[in-house]
Amino acid sequence: MARMKFLCDADRCIECNGCVTACKNEHEVPWGVNRRRVVTLDDGVPGEKSISVACMHCTDAPCAAVCPVDCFYTTDDGIVLHDKDLCIGCGYCLYACPFGAPQFPQKEAFGVRGKMDKCTFCAGGPEEDNSAAEHEKYGRNRVAEGKLPLCAEMCSTKALLAGDGDQVSDIYRERITKRGGRPETWGWDTAYKKGDA
Amino acid sequence: MRAETITRKPRNRRRIAVVTVALSMLLAMALPLTGYIAHDAGMAWAQSDDAAEEAANPRAEYWRAVREGQDGYSAVPGAEAGVLVQNGGENWRSLRDGPLKFFGGSLLIAVLIAIIGKHLAMGKDRLDSPTGRKMTRWSGFDRALHWYVGISFIILSITGLSLQFGRALLIPLLGKEGFAAWAQLAKPVHDYLALPFLVGFTLMLLIWIPRNILRSHDFAWLRSLGGMIRKDHPQAGFMNGGEKIFFWILFFGGVALMVSGFYLLFPNLGWERETMQLSHIVHSASGVFLIAISLGHIYLGSVGVEGVLEGMVSGEVDEAFAKQHHNLWYDEVKGIAPPDKSSAAPDVSGATPTT
Ligand code: SF4
Ligand code: SF4
Repeated sequence: MARMKFLCDADRCIECNGCVTACKNEHEVPWGVNRRRVVTLDDGVPGEKSISVACMHCTDAPCAAVCPVDCFYTTDDGIVLHDKDLCIGCGYCLYACPFGAPQFPQKEAFGVRGKMDKCTFCAGGPEEDNSAAEHEKYGRNRVAEGKLPLCAEMCSTKALLAGDGDQVSDIYRERITKRGGRPETWGWDTAYKKGDA
Repeated sequence: MRAETITRKPRNRRRIAVVTVALSMLLAMALPLTGYIAHDAGMAWAQSDDAAEEAANPRAEYWRAVREGQDGYSAVPGAEAGVLVQNGGENWRSLRDGPLKFFGGSLLIAVLIAIIGKHLAMGKDRLDSPTGRKMTRWSGFDRALHWYVGISFIILSITGLSLQFGRALLIPLLGKEGFAAWAQLAKPVHDYLALPFLVGFTLMLLIWIPRNILRSHDFAWLRSLGGMIRKDHPQAGFMNGGEKIFFWILFFGGVALMVSGFYLLFPNLGWERETMQLSHIVHSASGVFLIAISLGHIYLGSVGVEGVLEGMVSGEVDEAFAKQHHNLWYDEVKGIAPPDKSSAAPDVSGATPTT
């Protein structure tokens, strides 16, 4: 069984924010919500590095562990999804997530949060695949159509890789061999447990 | 050297003792310093390792910094958008799902068992001989404040405990959909009730401070656990020692509860995740603790001790109740001079004057 993973090659990412835009457009996510973001370290200094980050779909996902209504589930492909019908907008998943992936549309007065929204690895939610209800809550379900996440497909430099973890690391390892240097599978030690292929 | 001198003059026991003490003190100070040697050696080792890594991957230090929470720039707006990895969440998760749940749950169960045990063993603490003559104990304002705070506290407790323990206890009963329906109601109720509760609770804590200053007879009261240990009625003023301790726990626990709750209530003010994690721990720990002691308060104020509830409902208590549980207050109200000087300090400040 494939185990889906994201990998961003920091030596390739040019901080074009194409992935952010692709995601926002594909899923028609609400105002103020960005499921993916690009972070640049040492911005403007020689040697700056950029990383595109969204939900990493962790092994033993911290968000799922702390959710008071237990609304997360992991698909057979290792994709971490959640059920917005159950979510109460408490924000606990955001407190637990190492990558700051969960997002909240702001609702009305006070600091009341709406239902949590996050990257679905383009795999929708619990509703019927690509039904209107699923599209409205989670955006498109590309995985059900046999496609991979749009952010990675649109990435102009192919810095962002998405797909079966083994294939992703093979592609990356090949690049490293040609490029020389050490692999830096960014975020993998945080997101994925050893042995979770 | 010195050691030889010592062996040559074994008769000088005093000197040997002094040197031994001095030597062991020196060792005691020097031994921990060897840690530095080991540490420095380790550092040198680590540095050569790093150097090798840096030659191969000049930006290795980037990822270490990122792993430690170093932030960068992000075009996407939002609090902490530039932080790639926030490590506090893992600690928060293990605290919340580990000790907080375990000790909090155990505490609540232990208090319930203690209450039931006490009631079965000792029964209701009845009035020895009710007189039928009434004394005014609580003003209408006091009572309104008490019930306002009490009822909102109970609602906040039930909704709060649902979020903390519902996944473990209620989902098996109600199913995920059923529990989510309840949680979707419980969360806004908890949020919207928080501010009215804060106002009432703060007011109550402030205006009841004078009555709850601890006096010497309160310590005697506490030593005998209010007469539970030695079967008598220890001295007590308007409030007894136990009630005062309850008040001060409410006071300090309440401040922690309200301050942390304030952060949790307004995530839109841009607090960082670390603040929220800390606030959550403080909030649920103080919340569960206050609920636990409030269970004791509710028991003693209702079925535990005769006459207490009557006082808080009607405002009046039987004279026998006053004599039995608050003898100094009774004496003060009735104008009876205290029997001895040590407990003479008036302890009725803030009490409702009676006619
Ligand atoms: S990255 Fe965050 S939101 Fe995604 S699975 Fe991991 S903990 Fe959950
Ligand atoms: S915000 Fe929603 S998904 Fe996140 S922990 Fe709370 S209930 Fe669960």
